[in-house]
Amino acid sequence: MRIARALAVGAAVIGLGLLLAGLRVNPYIYFAGYVVLQYVVIATAWNVLGGYAGYVNFGTPAFFALGAYTSIALIEAFHAPLPVLIVCGGLVTALLGLGIGYLTLRLKGVFFSIATFALSVVVQTLIINWDYVGGAKGYTLIRPPAPFFGNWGVLLFTLMVLLAVVTVLAARTIERSWIGRGLAALRDNEEAAECMGVPTLKLKLFATTLSGFFLGVAGAPFPYYVTYVEPASTFDLNYAVNALAMPMIGGTTTWLGPVIGAVLLGTAQQVATVTISSELNLLIVGVVLVLFVVLAPEGLLGLVRRLRETMAVRAAGRRGAGAPPAEARF
Amino acid sequence: MSALLEIDSVSKRFGGFLALDRVSIRVRAGERLGLIGPNGSGKTTLINCVSGALPTDGGRILFDGRDITRLPAHQRTRLGIVRSFQIPKPFTSMTVLENLEIALEYAAHARSVGAAAGALQILEMIGLASKARLRPAGLTQIEMRKLELARAMAARPKLLISDEAMAGLSSAEVDDILAILFRLNEQGITIIMIEHIMRAVMRFSERVVVLDAGTRIAEGAPAEIVRNPAVEKAYLGE
Repeated sequence: MRIARALAVGAAVIGLGLLLAGLRVNPYIYFAGYVVLQYVVIATAWNVLGGYAGYVNFGTPAFFALGAYTSIALIEAFHAPLPVLIVCGGLVTALLGLGIGYLTLRLKGVFFSIATFALSVVVQTLIINWDYVGGAKGYTLIRPPAPFFGNWGVLLFTLMVLLAVVTVLAARTIERSWIGRGLAALRDNEEAAECMGVPTLKLKLFATTLSGFFLGVAGAPFPYYVTYVEPASTFDLNYAVNALAMPMIGGTTTWLGPVIGAVLLGTAQQVATVTISSELNLLIVGVVLVLFVVLAPEGLLGLVRRLRETMAVRAAGRRGAGAPPAEARF
Repeated sequence: MSALLEIDSVSKRFGGFLALDRVSIRVRAGERLGLIGPNGSGKTTLINCVSGALPTDGGRILFDGRDITRLPAHQRTRLGIVRSFQIPKPFTSMTVLENLEIALEYAAHARSVGAAAGALQILEMIGLASKARLRPAGLTQIEMRKLELARAMAARPKLLISDEAMAGLSSAEVDDILAILFRLNEQGITIIMIEHIMRAVMRFSERVVVLDAGTRIAEGAPAEIVRNPAVEKAYLGE
């Protein structure tokens, strides 16, 4: 029943996307919308590992770029069509994810994060030295005529709507399943979770693999979007920072958090790029992130929940229900 | 005598330090065993080896006749070896009830249906039912200990290892926890109690094993143990 409703909402979002695609508004809307939706996928994918399992991945650029470069390699080799690129990009980065999953055996907390950051540097170095996919000078993709819509901007936008819906539905399904509950337990306390029968290693491998898969999926259509791909911008620090900041702003413990964060922050960045300066993006993220870490460490959703609890306690107090529960005092 | 748990000359070393030196203990089904020893004698290390948190460097551990020496911790829990932690380790993002549901779902295989009811029953027995919807951060110290025990019970243990569940509690609170442990034992759960509070261990245990510097130095009924000169020496020196 609940799943049926979620699917209905997902279908409605895709329907809205198609409607917007059909309307042919200002082309910039599709261009900017693609980036925001791409961040919905990235933030949601990141959150499966970073939010649900509590392992902070600073290597998002490695996954995103590897998805993009897998596409380039497949285009070079087989002229593979877009759906194949997306699936293959995801599978390659899923393998990378599985790899970093085994890192969690030895590395926890900040050390895991440093290792994933290093991974990003390593992958970038490999790509820079791989001439087949353009190496350091980059790769220019000459797009064939767009198969549907007659316009790549609209096509890619619609595709990203679809990918975002699929990613969010997947994240939501996991969150509400026994896997999500197990991940939450190991995030809270890995040792206690293991001692309560939670197969922590298996769940962590699942989370890193799935998170990696969707990060690669987000990157796979990228060459078609930019048509010129080069390592410096594809491995941009922006991806690492945004992937972390967006869930933090929305709230990391539920699927809705990264969606809210990505839409808010992603849109703000797009607006700032046009109205002020594209250099301002990172500054905005930085300031907003600091504000949230200090003022609302559980993100917007956490803030809402706390307000609700406080109000419930006040209401109970007025009815004379005795002392408020200790949790919600102050 | 059928042993539920058989620790067979288990050793554990940390670098050059031998934390456990061929320790052997047999625990009967339904028994109440006390495990005591001075600080650093290897009690918690031994428990970590039994629960699977640490790999052993020698010896075997049998549970229900099955060799579990190489089994990962979560599988041992599913077989029925459940421990509580010296410093409570609740799942802080979940409510008290959800804390128990994790154990029910993962260890006791009571998948979703009836899990909440089972968890509530345990909370009622242990006296935490009114706090079911709270998060652990809102609990007092004694309630936190009770949560630790309640969660362990939700895992449906055959063997419960209680690691200093009473340290720092008041005398009345200690009695409270003791009563719970006695009741669990009556339900057929074998219990190993690690404790520094002698009054509690001596009252609770049918048999006491004493560790010192990684070796087993004494074993016997509580009354014998307190008169044992080796034990006295271990605790007080010569």
